[in-house]
Amino acid sequence: MALQLRRKTHESIVYIDSDSAPRIMPSGEDFILEDLPVGTRVLYPNPPLNGLPNREAAIRYALNHPLGCDPLFAQLEPGMKVTIAVDDISLPLPPMAIPDIRQTMLEIVVDMLAGHGVDDVHIIIANSLHRKMTAWEMKRMAGQRIFDEFYPDRYYNHDAEWKEGLIKIGETRHKEPLVLNRRCAESDLLIYCNINFVPMDGGHKSVAVGLCDYESLRAHHEPQTIRDSDSYMDPAKSELANKCVRLGKIVDKELNVFHIETSINNRMYKGDMDFLLKNEDDFTAIDRVKFEAMRYTMSKLPRTARRKLLHSRPSQYEMTACFAGKTEPVHEKILEKAFQQYLIPVRGQCDILITGIPDISPYNVYSILNPLLVQVMGLGYHFNFYRNKPLLKKGGVMIIHHPCYDQFDHNHHPSYIEFFNRLLPESRDAFYLREKYEREFANNPSYVEMYRRGNAYHGAHPFFMWYWGENGRQHVGKVIAAGAENAHVPAILGWERADNLTEAVAMARNYMGNSAEITMLHQPMIGIADME
Amino acid sequence: MTAAAFYDLEGTLVSTNLVHTLAFYGRNQPNLLRSVTKSAATLLSLPLFAVSDQYSRKVFNDLFFKRYKGETEDRMRFFAADLFEEVLKPAVYPGAFELIEKSRSLGLRQVAVTGALDVSVKPLMQYLGIDDYVANRLEFVKGVATGRLLPPVLASATKASWIRTFAEREEINLSESFAYSDSMSDLPMLSIVGHPAAVNPDLRLRQTALHHDWPILNLK
Repeated sequence: MALQLRRKTHESIVYIDSDSAPRIMPSGEDFILEDLPVGTRVLYPNPPLNGLPNREAAIRYALNHPLGCDPLFAQLEPGMKVTIAVDDISLPLPPMAIPDIRQTMLEIVVDMLAGHGVDDVHIIIANSLHRKMTAWEMKRMAGQRIFDEFYPDRYYNHDAEWKEGLIKIGETRHKEPLVLNRRCAESDLLIYCNINFVPMDGGHKSVAVGLCDYESLRAHHEPQTIRDSDSYMDPAKSELANKCVRLGKIVDKELNVFHIETSINNRMYKGDMDFLLKNEDDFTAIDRVKFEAMRYTMSKLPRTARRKLLHSRPSQYEMTACFAGKTEPVHEKILEKAFQQYLIPVRGQCDILITGIPDISPYNVYSILNPLLVQVMGLGYHFNFYRNKPLLKKGGVMIIHHPCYDQFDHNHHPSYIEFFNRLLPESRDAFYLREKYEREFANNPSYVEMYRRGNAYHGAHPFFMWYWGENGRQHVGKVIAAGAENAHVPAILGWERADNLTEAVAMARNYMGNSAEITMLHQPMIGIADME
Repeated sequence: MTAAAFYDLEGTLVSTNLVHTLAFYGRNQPNLLRSVTKSAATLLSLPLFAVSDQYSRKVFNDLFFKRYKGETEDRMRFFAADLFEEVLKPAVYPGAFELIEKSRSLGLRQVAVTGALDVSVKPLMQYLGIDDYVANRLEFVKGVATGRLLPPVLASATKASWIRTFAEREEINLSESFAYSDSMSDLPMLSIVGHPAAVNPDLRLRQTALHHDWPILNLK
């Protein structure tokens, strides 16, 4: 890369020099220190925007000054049937410190409904084909008061396999069906409470995806849609978002939806773990002590305990905006705010992209980051955090750092086990897998029961995870799993392995040439590379 | 070739076990004295049943079904409807209907393979909509139970062997079939199908299911 590109162009971009400090990388439940090659470009998350000082007031203001429709109070009449839908535990990550923003939204909305004589109120978690939340998680998210008043009869998870609880509300001109939760569809008013964690979230996706059934979902959660999304974190160029909008038009026509969307900043941690978001060159003595203390503690614990410890640390996000009203104008405003937080202007693609995979994903909250989830975080989420063009050149090498242990959560991810061990050795072709096996898994009575009565992801969910990595798989020339503790997991995923990052970089340079430009995503980060 | 879903019954689809049936017949004797005696005998035998079941299902069966000695066939058949209404019907797990319905919608043959007595399970099979079932049969001589079972005695490996024979006769593809059980004693039955699952499993079966990465269902 030309020298001019190495000049500091943005506060979130740092170039490694000969006297730079080693960088901290997450690798599963561990945090390791790595010396990166001189010239490596490191992308940090942007500094967090200031949170709103009074989020209750901001939410109330949004409800009373909606975009594109009457204020919420003006839409309420005694005796009407109202359903409130909320995002599930897959965001934000890690689960936020209490009170959750959803709790604040719910309390305000429920009080307003009660004040207007609306008694027929249900609260439904829009978990789609995600696992159902446990009672404890639901209480933590909604707060004691809402939980005691509504759970379990009027506060529950959406069930995408409960035929009587679903109703077909229409079909797009592209023959995409839309079957939604019956209670939501038959309510006089559906109020959706959203948290926008990444730009893919919210908007028409909330109702059309969060409350649909398997057949509706498979129309857009499929490999071609993902391939046609450049990227799915950029709604303007995402075929997935495009399809959601098509479905959302039907929702807007058939249902009365009042959408409340919120954006948050990226202050994942503060206090004892805030150093993870900092440039290591700027570490104070206290930051170093914090890191060493954490590393020492972690080194004394078995993996399960390390995982528990990490999962017990709530995130510290703050609400930066709240808008309410009709879905599209609300989402437009929230996206603007989200991009303000996440966009990092970047010049020039790289040949080698390095990313550590932390034990954080939407699909392993209080669970194990199994090999398929490692794949979806690397080739799915981390690869797709761009706008305009990928951070990595076509045919470049992606180095992910993770132990790649062969562990699965039997309660949360039962169908993942079969997918990984039975299907992937046969083929890694997403189209072939979808055609031949997706319905078999979706209809497997055991998986259906585990989804409905337990806390398992839907039988078809591992397929979606595989499709989610489709862009990355098609784009990269090679994936190297650094720090992988076994050979078979990377092999099944179609990756090479290396003992450590140094070896992985050497392998990547061998493939891309010694002058290959290297970029590292400093994880954990939520940031979108805004490519020139 | 079709496929099938094979179910163990007691502990899997219903919360009752063999002892509940025995206790029901015990307390529905012709006179009060016999009812008390039989019920007390059942109660006192519980530790023996528990230990023998842990040791061997065959030994358990030998000991257990002796308790039916002297029962008349017509009486057992007469009370079968009451047994179903009072004991078995309320004991069906809520998830059992969903599981069977989903399996049926896939075109799978529904087959129950149970160590319970045939006279007691017939109404339950009709209620659950399971067309094919096989259960243990008591030996009756002149209409009176001898306390022995007629072969094949369905337990452990014999369940698997019955399923193999059934599959061959009915042209069922076992690799594509499902089996559901709650007990470690049904490991052979679970092992011969392509899609085994542990349902409300005991500790030993849970460990085995985890070891083999089988789905673990909770129908309660």
